Amino acid sequence: MAAGAGGTGAGGPTPAELRAIYLRRWEGRTTFMQGNEAAALGAIYAGCSFYAAYPITPASEMAEFLSKAMPLVGGCFLPMEDEIASISSVIGASWGGAKALTATSGPGFSLMQEAVGYACMTETPCVIADVQRSGPSTGQATKPAQGDVMQARWGTHGDHEALVLSPSSVQECLGLMVECFNLSERYRNPAILLMDGEVAHLRERVRLPMAKDVVLEGRPLGSPDDTPFGGRPVPSMVGFGRGAAVHVTGSTHKEDGMREASTQATHDRLVRRLVSKIASDRDRLERVEERFTDDAEVAVLSFGCAARPSLGAVLRAREGGQRVGYMRLVGIWPFPRRAVARLGERVRRIYVPEMNLGQVSREVERFVDCEVVPLTKIGGVPHTVGEIVRAIKGGDRP
Amino acid sequence: MTGNEGGEGIRRAPSHLRYLREGTLPTTFCPGCGCGTVLNCFVHTLDKMGMEPGELVAVTGIGCSSWLLSPYYRGDTLHTMHGRAIAFATGVKAVMPDKRVVVIAGDGDLAGIGGNHLIHGARRNVGLSVFLVNNQIYGMTGGQVSPTTPAGVRTTTTPYGNAEYPFNIAEVVAAAGADYVARWTTYHVRPLMRAMEEALTTDGFAFVEVLSQCPTNYGRNVGMPTAVEALNAFKERSVPAEKACGMQAAELEGRYVVGTLAKRSRKEYTSVLREASEAARRADAR
Repeated sequence: MAAGAGGTGAGGPTPAELRAIYLRRWEGRTTFMQGNEAAALGAIYAGCSFYAAYPITPASEMAEFLSKAMPLVGGCFLPMEDEIASISSVIGASWGGAKALTATSGPGFSLMQEAVGYACMTETPCVIADVQRSGPSTGQATKPAQGDVMQARWGTHGDHEALVLSPSSVQECLGLMVECFNLSERYRNPAILLMDGEVAHLRERVRLPMAKDVVLEGRPLGSPDDTPFGGRPVPSMVGFGRGAAVHVTGSTHKEDGMREASTQATHDRLVRRLVSKIASDRDRLERVEERFTDDAEVAVLSFGCAARPSLGAVLRAREGGQRVGYMRLVGIWPFPRRAVARLGERVRRIYVPEMNLGQVSREVERFVDCEVVPLTKIGGVPHTVGEIVRAIKGGDRP
Repeated sequence: MTGNEGGEGIRRAPSHLRYLREGTLPTTFCPGCGCGTVLNCFVHTLDKMGMEPGELVAVTGIGCSSWLLSPYYRGDTLHTMHGRAIAFATGVKAVMPDKRVVVIAGDGDLAGIGGNHLIHGARRNVGLSVFLVNNQIYGMTGGQVSPTTPAGVRTTTTPYGNAEYPFNIAEVVAAAGADYVARWTTYHVRPLMRAMEEALTTDGFAFVEVLSQCPTNYGRNVGMPTAVEALNAFKERSVPAEKACGMQAAELEGRYVVGTLAKRSRKEYTSVLREASEAARRADAR
């Protein structure tokens, strides 16, 4: 990729060299860091060279971190006029060859939804970090929540697939940001890092990997003569500046990229491929963390910030002699249905603590026959270990 | 205006066809639409400048005039979401600062739903060449009132007459800080091509408003059902910008001020980004 406006001219260090120089100050260290900062640093590890965003609590620290880092790695930081402009410029930058990121929270994520569909339809790799806060609307702007689970899946109109990972520690903010870039590039689809205000503002220990140990994937570049929008499940990305006169449109298009919006068969073939390129890899994409499920009679299943008190509750209940298992969803979408179904076969009841009114628990119900008990909590205050323990002991809701 | 000046006569394959995806022709524009004239001026300008199709990245919005570039332009083309062309183009320009990035879209797209991106693009002075084809109506959707429809005009959504005042969108862009702003009409093809050339050679944000006719969905509402009537109106009602300076607002009512409306040379956005990045790296290295 040619160096963008933040890079050096001919003869200067390449963006890869600048990134390596920059990461020397971080790699290999064990340090104390905030979730937003770790996610931002993860983007640098991933080779992100374009970040555009609009200020919003609780995601702004990512912009502050990257406004400082991007020039040092030869990338661009753009403070855009709104979230629609942010995601739009991210998509433009991706077609220009950059790995590109934006970060926001619920209100901004809502504004971005049309562009999420555009990125799906045009098969544009890009990453969106949604640091969930308490909604709907402006809600509790400074308080954490997990209410965007379904928006991350179905926020944009039309049929599509979603690639969504949800970190529950500062370490994971970094690691899963890298994975979001890898998934996005591999499948040519937007990927969403579904954070929350709790994990984003949490400060805890993080081990920063050596850059050489971080596995990075790039988009399938192919040759400029390749079919840009078809021919195989994930076509080559014939980006701008390669002499291919590529035509990119959010309208229904043929495999050569040209619009053909009135033909049923063209739309059917296109959208089914866009969905199946991810859905057919669903099993491979399942990501859960599972503990104490061998002897479990009941289980606690959670994700993101709610997984932290969930694990604490499981440990405390087990100390008290209860056979309680633990499952944490790392990948939310595609939903890890096989792992959840297996858990449902082993236990008689699954508790689902989440900071919303049951968005994940309803999904769990679809794949298990055992009892599912939602432990919902909203209002910006995370679950306590005691609340979840009492629910398990009492056999029902707190 | 045949593009064949110099006594070569009519060519079978005029050189400007190399800018077009010939398989997409003829265009889908309505009879009498101004878009054909704008496209003709655009490719003739590129031809005159000796630019190759691949030197441009074309970015469009949604609407009839966005079709000028998508699908007809034969170069890398980003047909974006309604109103967001400038934001997409800003991302392209930031990572491909050496490319000439061209945006063509309509009044509903750039001045209506995308008005915010337009003024911020001008404020940043990002190096885009933006051509706003202003037909004063939402044409593609059937002739609904737009932000540039004159007051009082009946449209499909102002059956009792437009209750709103129109944007003077070129003045808005000039006030926002664009390096180059001009307004012409589809009648003024020669000065329009000169303005296009100027816009395509301006480092910073360049903006040309092209008043254009939509006989199908606008002209018939205002008593000008054919292109010829609209072009005559553009001819008769136009006032050169230099002359308009000395005229009262009342005198300019119903007139089109044409010419260069702003010309300055602030530093272009991506070159500022590049210098700032280099300075940051030098400071970091110390």
